[in-house]
This record gives sequence, C-alpha cells and structure tokens, in this order.
Amino acid sequence: MTVGKDVSALFPDVVNCMQTDNLELKKLVYLYLMNYAKSQPDMAIMAVNTFVKDCEDPNPLIRALAVRTMGCIRVDKITEYLCEPLRKCLKDEDPYVRKTAAVCVAKLHDINAQLVEDQGFLDTLKDLISDSNPMVVANAVAALSEIAESHPSSNLLDLNPQSINKLLTALNECTEWGQIFILDCLANYTPKDDREAQSICERVTPRLSHANSAVVLSAVKVLMKFMEMLSKDLDYYGTLLKKLAPPLVTLLSAEPELQYVALRNINLIVQKRPEILKHEMKVFFVKYNDPIYVKLEKLDIMIRLASQANIAQVLAELKEYATEVDVDFVRKAVRAIGRCAIKVEQSAERCVSTLLDLIQTKVNYVVQEAIVVIKDIFRKYPNKYESVIATLCENLDSLDEPEARAAMIWIVGEYAERIDNADELLESFLEGFHDESTQVQLQLLTAIVKLFLKKPTETQELVQQVLSLATQDSDNPDLRDRGYIYWRLLSTDPVAAKEVVLAEKPLISEETDLIEPTLLDELICYIGTLASVYHKPPSAFVEGGRGVVHKSLPPRTASSESTESPETAPAGAPSGEQPDVIPTQGDLLGDLLNLDLGPPVSGPPLATTSVQMGAVDLLGGGLDSLMGDEPEGIGGPNFVAPPAAAVPANLGASMGSGLSDLFDLTSGVGTLSGSYVVPKAVWLPAMKAKGLEISGTFTRQVGSISMDLQLTNKALQVMTDFAIQFNRNSFGLAPAAPLQVHAPLSPNQTVEISLPLNTVGSVMKMEPLNNLQVAVKNNIDVFYFSTLYPLHILFVEDGKMDRQMFLATWKDIPNENEAQFQIRDCPLNAEAVSSRLQGSNIFTVAKRNVEAQDMLYQSLKLTNGIWVLAELRIQPGNPSFTLSLKCRAPEVSQHVYQAYETILKN
Amino acid sequence: VDAFRVNVIHARQQVRSPVTNIARTSFFHVKRSNIWLAAVTKQNVNAAMVFEFLYKMCDVMTAYFGKISEENIKNNFVLIYELLDEILDFGYPQNSETGALKTFITQQGIKSQHQTKEEQSQITSQVTGQIGWRREGIKYRRNELFLDVLESVNLLMSPQGQVLSAHVSGRVVMKSYLSGMPECKFGMNDKIVIEKQGKGTADETGKRSGKQSIAIDDCTFHQCVRLSKFDSERSISFIPPDGEFELMRYRTTKDIILPFRVIPLVREVGRTKLEVKVVIKSNFKPSLLAQKIEVRIPTPLNTSGVQVICMKGKAKYKASENAIVWKIKRMAGMKESQISAEIELLPTNDKKKWARPPISMNFEVPFAPSGLKVRYLKVFEPKLNYSDHDVIKWVRYIGRSGIYETRC
Repeated sequence: MTVGKDVSALFPDVVNCMQTDNLELKKLVYLYLMNYAKSQPDMAIMAVNTFVKDCEDPNPLIRALAVRTMGCIRVDKITEYLCEPLRKCLKDEDPYVRKTAAVCVAKLHDINAQLVEDQGFLDTLKDLISDSNPMVVANAVAALSEIAESHPSSNLLDLNPQSINKLLTALNECTEWGQIFILDCLANYTPKDDREAQSICERVTPRLSHANSAVVLSAVKVLMKFMEMLSKDLDYYGTLLKKLAPPLVTLLSAEPELQYVALRNINLIVQKRPEILKHEMKVFFVKYNDPIYVKLEKLDIMIRLASQANIAQVLAELKEYATEVDVDFVRKAVRAIGRCAIKVEQSAERCVSTLLDLIQTKVNYVVQEAIVVIKDIFRKYPNKYESVIATLCENLDSLDEPEARAAMIWIVGEYAERIDNADELLESFLEGFHDESTQVQLQLLTAIVKLFLKKPTETQELVQQVLSLATQDSDNPDLRDRGYIYWRLLSTDPVAAKEVVLAEKPLISEETDLIEPTLLDELICYIGTLASVYHKPPSAFVEGGRGVVHKSLPPRTASSESTESPETAPAGAPSGEQPDVIPTQGDLLGDLLNLDLGPPVSGPPLATTSVQMGAVDLLGGGLDSLMGDEPEGIGGPNFVAPPAAAVPANLGASMGSGLSDLFDLTSGVGTLSGSYVVPKAVWLPAMKAKGLEISGTFTRQVGSISMDLQLTNKALQVMTDFAIQFNRNSFGLAPAAPLQVHAPLSPNQTVEISLPLNTVGSVMKMEPLNNLQVAVKNNIDVFYFSTLYPLHILFVEDGKMDRQMFLATWKDIPNENEAQFQIRDCPLNAEAVSSRLQGSNIFTVAKRNVEAQDMLYQSLKLTNGIWVLAELRIQPGNPSFTLSLKCRAPEVSQHVYQAYETILKN
Repeated sequence: VDAFRVNVIHARQQVRSPVTNIARTSFFHVKRSNIWLAAVTKQNVNAAMVFEFLYKMCDVMTAYFGKISEENIKNNFVLIYELLDEILDFGYPQNSETGALKTFITQQGIKSQHQTKEEQSQITSQVTGQIGWRREGIKYRRNELFLDVLESVNLLMSPQGQVLSAHVSGRVVMKSYLSGMPECKFGMNDKIVIEKQGKGTADETGKRSGKQSIAIDDCTFHQCVRLSKFDSERSISFIPPDGEFELMRYRTTKDIILPFRVIPLVREVGRTKLEVKVVIKSNFKPSLLAQKIEVRIPTPLNTSGVQVICMKGKAKYKASENAIVWKIKRMAGMKESQISAEIELLPTNDKKKWARPPISMNFEVPFAPSGLKVRYLKVFEPKLNYSDHDVIKWVRYIGRSGIYETRC
C-alpha cells in the first residue's frame, strides 16, 4: 500500500482483522481503512460496527483511536453513523478521548458542515473551552478556529473576557502546541479597552521565553496586535517594546529554516515598529555559512535598520559582502549600498566611494549592479557626484545586461553637457539598436533627445536617426509612441519640448520597497504564518478563500480605463487562452521622461477566444487607452500624467495637441472597442444533434456583432455542408455572411467560427425579448435550437447622450416607464463601474455625489434606436447598487438590467 | 508530491527558500542528511509551528531508532506511522515529548490486555495532564543529578582585531535520576536576581556583583519550567522530566571572555605566491587547559602546493577542503602559538578575486565564557522523604566554539 500498489481488493479480509486485540495490528487496519474506504464505500459500512464497538472499549486509548480514525474516513455514509459515538466521546470521562473527539469535530465539519451544525456539536465544542484539562481546551480552540475560518461570518469564537480568562489560564498549563493554538486564537480577539489589552499582554509576555519558536512568534503576534491599543506614553508600552527585542534576536540562533521564517517576520515588525530592534543591528550581520535565503533576508533587514548612528558599520559589512561568491547575494549587497546612500544622506559620499572601489574590482556583475545603483544616487542627489562619471564611462564596454546599459545611457543623457564625447557614446549604442531590449531602446531614445536639446547643433543627425529607427523600424508600439511624441514635440515647439524633456525631476523616495501600510497591518495579524513568510495576504495563495486573486481577472476591454491595463501591448502577447495574465500595474505607465520603462509585460486580458479577434483587440486596447475621451478624464490625460506632474500645467495642452496629432497618424485603424463577452455555453448538445455539438457566445467588436461558434463533431462520421439560418427575432439579427466551414469536420474535430451578424433582418417580437431561434444544417440533418443573447451586444458605440439631452429625455419619459432593480454583491467602486460599463457601450453622462452616494447617470442606445437612460446609485462600502432605468419601450428594461448584471459581475 | 520532487529536490540550483509554493500548495521542507522531510498545506498555517514540528519529529524519530537514514525509515515504517498518528491529529500537533510517548508506544507494540485498568487511565491522564513529561512512581536508590552548562561562543572579528559581533549561546542540560515528583529550584548568577536580593546594600553588592553576576540578554526554557513564576520573581522552578533534557537556553552578549584571539597576516607575494601567518593567543587562567583546538585556514581554489611550519601541534593542507587544518591537542591559558605557511598558486586568467573566506576555529574549554555560574539547585520532594542533602549533584562547565571566525 505504501509503495503505491493498489491492494483494495483485500478489503473484506482486512476488515475481518479489525476485531483483534493487538493494538498495533488494529492501527494498521485502521490505516488501511483510511486509505481505501473512499474507493469502496459499501464495504466500509462493514467496518462501522467495529468502530462503534471500539468507541465503547474500556481502554481509553482504543476509544480515542476509533474516534480519530472514523474522522479520517471521508465517506458520507459513515459519517452518519459517526455522530452518536462522537457525541459520547465528547463527554467521555477521560480527557485523552475528549481531546481527540474535539479534533474529530473539525474533521467532520470539513466533510459535512451542515451535519455538524445540525447535531449541535459546535455548542458542545464551545463547552469544552471551559474544560478542566488544558489539552482539551487547546484542541477545542484549534477546532473552533478552523471551523470559524471557513465561516467568516458566523461568530463561533465570540470570545468574552471570561472565556479569555479561561484561555489564559490554560495557556500556562498546556503543551507547547496547545499554547500555539491558544495564542493564535487570542490574536483574533479584540479587547474592549486598553486596560484589558494590557492585562492580556502581561499574561502573554512570559511565553516569549519559551523554547519553541512558534510559541514565541505567536506571542509576538498577540503583543504586536494589542500594542496598537496601548497609548504610547504608557510606561508599560516602553517595557513591552524592550521585552520584545531579545526573543526576536534569540530566534536567529535557531535552525536555518526557522531563522528564515523569523527573519521574514522580523522584516515586517521592523517596518511596523522600527524602534524595537534599532539597537540590534549586529545580530543581522551575515555569517559565512548561512544558507543563501537567510543571507538575503538579513541583508534586507540591515538596510531597514540602517541609520545615521550605525551606517559606518553597515557599510563596512556590505562592502565585505560585495566580494562574496554568490552572484545574487553580491548584487543585493551592492544594491543595499545604494539604498543606504539614499536613505542616510550623510553617508552618501561614503557609499559612492565604496561603489567606486567596487567598480575598480572589474568583476562584471558587480560593476553592472554598481552602475544601476549610482544612477539612483544621481537621481536623489542631482549635481553632486558628477566627478565619478568619468570612471563609469570607462566601464561602458563591459556592460551587457539591459538594466545596467539603460542606467548608463540615462546617466550619459542626463549629464550630456558635461561629457565631451556623449554623442559618440550614444552613437555607439545606436549601432546595435535593434538587438537591444526595449528598456534600453526607450532609454536610448530619451537620452538622445536630451542630448539634442542640450547640444542641438552637433547632434541633429543622431536624433533623426534614432527617431526614424524608433518610429519606423520598430515593432514595439511603446517605443513608437514615445518616438512619435518626441518627434511631434520637437517639430512643433522645441522650447516646449525642452521644458518637458529637461524638466526638473522629482527626487526619488527614500524607502523603495516598503510594504503598503494596509497590507502591512494585515500581515502583522498573520505573524508566524505562511502569509508572513510570503508577505502576501492569505487570500493570495489559499484556495477558496474570499477575494482570491486567481479567479481570473475581470475581462476588461479597452476604452477609458487605463490605470491598470498597460498602455500598449506587444503584438504577440498572450490573448484569449490565458485570461488571467495579470498586467503589471502602475509602473508600466511609468515616468515617460526620466526613468526607464519596464518592458510591457502582457496585453490586456481578453475573454475572446478566437485568435484573429484577439489580435485586433490588442491593437484596439493599446490605442483606446491613448484615445480615451478627454471629458472622462481617465484615458488620455493619464497617459501623460507623470510628465505633467513634473512640468508646468500649461504644457499639458501642448502635449495634448501633440497627442491628437499623433492619432491622425494612426487613425486608419478607427475606433475599436470590444464589449464584454459572455463565456461560451453549450447551445446544442451532441445528444440532440446526432453528434454535432455547438457551443457559442455573442461578441461585439469594432461596432459589429458576431456570433462565435464552436462546432465539435462527436459522431463517427465526417460532417460537411454546414449552413445556418435565424428565425425572425426582436431586433432583426441575421447572419451577415453564410456560415463558412471550409474543410469537412472529421470525427472528434473541433472548429471555431466567428459568424458576423447584422440587424437588418426581419423583426418579430419574441418572448422573451432576447430569444433567438437558430437552425443549423449539415449533411446529416437539420437541427434547431434556441438561445438567449445578452442585450449588451446590441448597445451601439454612439450611445452617449449629452447632458442637456439626457436631462430633457429623462423628464420626458413618463414615470411609469421607470423600473428599479438591485444589483447585488458587486464590489466595484463608481469609477470601475463606469469604466467597465463603458467597455460595453454604456456611457456615463454625468456623475454626482449625493449624501455620500455616487450617482452615475448613464445612457445607451440599442441597434434599433431605442435609448435607455439609467441612474445607478452606488453607496461606498455597500456592494448592492440600485439601478433605475427609464426607456420609452419599458419591456427592454428587464434585459438591460440583466446586461448590467452580467457586465458588472464578470 | 511529484511536483515537489521535480521542483525542489531535483532543482538544479541551490535551494532558495525552505518554503515553496507550487500550484497553490505550500511545501515546507527540512533536510536531514539525505532524507527530506516535507510538510504540505493549502492553508495559511503557522509556518513557525510547522518547522518546529518537523524538528520535533526528527528528535522523536532519533530517540526511537537512532539516526535518520533511508534504511532506518524503511525498517521502522510501522513505528513511524504509529508515532505520527499520536503526535499529529488532523494537522494539529498533539504531544511530542519522547518520554511520554515511550510509555505507550514501544517498539514491540503493546498488548492491551496486559495492562490493568489503572495503568491505562494513568497513561491517558499523564498524556493530557499538566505534567505531560513525567510519569509517576519513579524510584531510584541513589538520587543523582547532573548539570552541564554548555556554551558556544560565536565571534566574528575583523582582520584588524576588532570584534564585529560576539555572543554566547548557552544551554543548561540536566540529567536527573530522582524519585517521585520532585520540585526543583535553580539559581544562577543572573544580574537581575542578584540585584534584587541585594537591594538594601546596593553599593556593596554592586561592586562585587560586577565581577560575579552576568547579564543575560534572553533565555528560553523547557516547557516544564513555570514561565509565569520566572516572569514575576525570576526564579526557575520546575518538575524535571526523567532522564536527560535541556532545561534552558540563554544568550549573552556582554562581558564575554573570548578564550582565543586569532591574528591573521596574509601577504600576496607576486601572482603565484601567498604568505600566511596566523597567531593564536589563549586568554584564560593558566591553570586551565583548552582541548581539541583546530584552526582552519582557507586557501584559494587554485592552490598548487603548501608548505607549513608550526611551532605546536600538527598542520596539514587538505586539498579537498581547500584549507590548511592546524590541530593542537592541548593548550594552557595565557600562551601563544603561531603557524606560517607559504601557498603556491597556479596562475589563472580568472578575473574573479578570491573571496577570502574567514579563518574559523574550534576548541573546547572547561569554563563558561559568559561567566555564568550555577548558584544553587534545590530539590524538594514533598511525598517521598528525602531532602535536598541526599541528592548527589554534579555540575560541569564546558565552553565550545560556535562559529568563531576571523576575517582575513
């Protein structure tokens, strides 16, 4: 069994052995049962009897064993029989049995939650918290915590001061593991006032000197959390801070794996309360034979703790590390030096000289890393350390990594006027322009423009060359866009260009990779757990939790929301097949002028399944984010936002005109937009159609509607001669072209077709309104099916009313035509709602904020010219929206509402 | 499991983190020689607990069948299963105290009918009770008690002889052969305690305690120690488990006696030669003897030959370890010894500089470098009538080198 052979055939024989007196044999039989009961549920019933009998055995060990094993058998039929013995065991006189039974409730809850609630086990479990035996208490707490986790809403663990008191008493007496359970549970409790918090803290502090580091970390978690409640000028607060430091340091003498966990947590703690460990810098010095993961973490913490007082020590250490062997570690050490320089101003000079020393070593990766770092130092302290540029230039040739090259080019561009041969240097880079990575190309483009603006006379040729390279010979839209912008700027208004490109740059911030405060606070609550090790909220890696990220990103399409989707996408980006590509946020839009842009990572996530569609959409996505309507204030301006922050505001306009010029160049493509696409559903199952399975969906792209079909041949014969026809329907939908299936469809083959539709067919009102009856013919037979199409495929692109019109129309439509709906459980805010709806051609005409509610006024137009006006009321913090629809044809309201719901919830 | 095998065990590079997340499942692993112990979860569990548990599991297994090796694991499969069944329930660690486990899981497997009812309930009450680590009814003819103070000195020194970081991590290990349920009280020359006692005559004691008492930065205790009592009155009282256990761990950073000083001197003579001279100085009472001294001087990778001259002990160049190993059996306090070596290098065109790993040192000295002293250990047994005087107590101090490195 344990070597992977299937021995389930022996089931009856093994069950016969169950009634043995030999405890060891019994355990083995139970192990067998746990493994195979699932594959043979009927046979497993045979074992129930023995289980029940064993639960009444005089030997408590056997009673406990039986209960434990029964809980591990995940067969529904057995669980029913389990309840009675379990109830008995929960009240057993022997604590050993009780503690086992307590855990068993958790197991049972995992298999069948409803059953546990019905049988009232939860109440019994709560009673066990006040049990006299500490071990039973600990297990009951553990079980309750686990159950409570799967039911976030229920107040299973409603702790009150009395029960807390009991827990704290038990804490002193139970085993190390029990202490962990209790401490973890305490961390979830919120004391009523600071006095209570303090008294709990007082009783928890002794745990800090426990030998088990998990106990220590859990205690730290409780203290860190409750410390929030204590006022800072309290004496006790100070003592507590003092008490926290030594245990944390002691954790570092544990085994490396535990050290790692501890370090990750210390990293969090240091960010939250740097005062705790500020004097303990020395313990984070890296030892020669620490495993690499420990080294990297220690380095991180060292930087965070670096301050004026200890910077000299830190720098000496860092320099030492920079000569180590492990490449990653060395790189990080060099980076750390740079971060020290940025963090502690007084040390900057020292850092720079250290870096220069390192550059002298000529070790390739050290030099590269040092240059990247020096670039950052330049940004923080402009015009201070230019003397080192000469040294940097000497190492130009040895750079082969894009990041280092880009950094070097930035430096050359920035200080072009002081480097005599800047043009030569840049020219040498330009020779291999096509082989460079995007990052370097972008940087090179910017640098040459800067150079041109500083020394216009000598470098005209160079600038011409780079602009043509960027705009004409490049496939990368990002690069082209930037090229065009510069081109326009330079040709229309060089002065403005100068102001934009050579604008004062904002200084970079001190702490670069701090964790966001809200996340940090959340993580502090998870000290000691996996979340703190990954530095991610648990929902990011736990299956089934709330708000789990992996439930593929909402299919966002083009239009005016661009804060998140990358501004452009490489043509070959993954499309429909991977809807859960997460676009790198924010940074991508980056600082157009000053910093290197990270290469665009992925395209906007698309739900489209057909490939050619994907390509079009990608282009659309890129363009649209550029073109987004001005009044909406999201699309266009956002694209320019970073430079606009750095330049005088009046320049924004000239930029804007530059942009619109830009659009002329590309206007051939026209306005593209894609609305939300419902995932494909099976319309015609194979059973009903002699082996032909049809699934499909409707899409709206570039102003035209199409029906995406997927035909699968599940029969044994080849299918040919496909044709399609629609019955008359409410909106006159009809195929715009015949159904084209080129090759015969052989068995088990699938073909995807996109069938363009128009709305000029004959009209007949259907019930329901959006019903569509379709007939598909092939060489075998004619099949009929009907499907409901989502109404939003009929929303047209020019559905935006102007405000006056809207007001007039709203008043004009009689009140009885108004319909109200509730959209529940939609976690979006007004902005996101509006942008998402716009993707599907529902346009926000105006937005108002009334009594802390966001009111969105929206309009849309159907293909047959019916206007629908909507008022969407969003209350921040409340996931239900109220939707009021007004329309001259009230019968569409219901379907418009459904369309809203589909769009918003997907 | 397969994913773990492919991604972690057979990964080509070094392990980057002891926690890996593969397809939303987290794997924790600990390696013991060539056995990988892995724990798997899909939830946000207490990571520190998982690792602690893995270590405990190792301890328990070692206690049951010695070394953890592939062979032993295969041979003791049933036992391991039984153990796991007992110490872990639905992912919750239950009881990992070897002493207690041994009472009801033995290698032979127990026959239930041999036990009387009292025995059974005794076992369970013991397993779940407050004192899960000691069973009742232990009797010894001679009540004996051994106390070992084991300290390891960790040092990191710069080439110039500046102490970068130094700390002592110590352990007090106790071996008790006591009858009944004895209550023990342990006292040491902890600064806080002594100051508390000498409150009235602060000046006087202050002077004396300056030498005698030490400041302990932090200490952790075995679970048998009543932590709340330690917190309130700083007294260490406990009921010891039977046999050997680790009573406490502590850490000090102040006033450490560094038993040895290492003074390195490295000179590069041309591109193919390196001269190394290392002096060690012992720094403790001349009457004491240090033992098992070993100095390890790393050499560059491209070393072709080494000539060593040393005044004391034996020195050898070990090519496989890239180091010169210098061993001295015994050395008295306040002495000095030196070694000089000439290292010949092969010329290489490797631009990378030699990273110069630090010189490390091992030794054993018969005192506690932190200055910790056991002041008393009292035993009370209320039920059986033997007094503190009847217990034979032995105390021993051993100072060992931890990571004792000098950069060169």
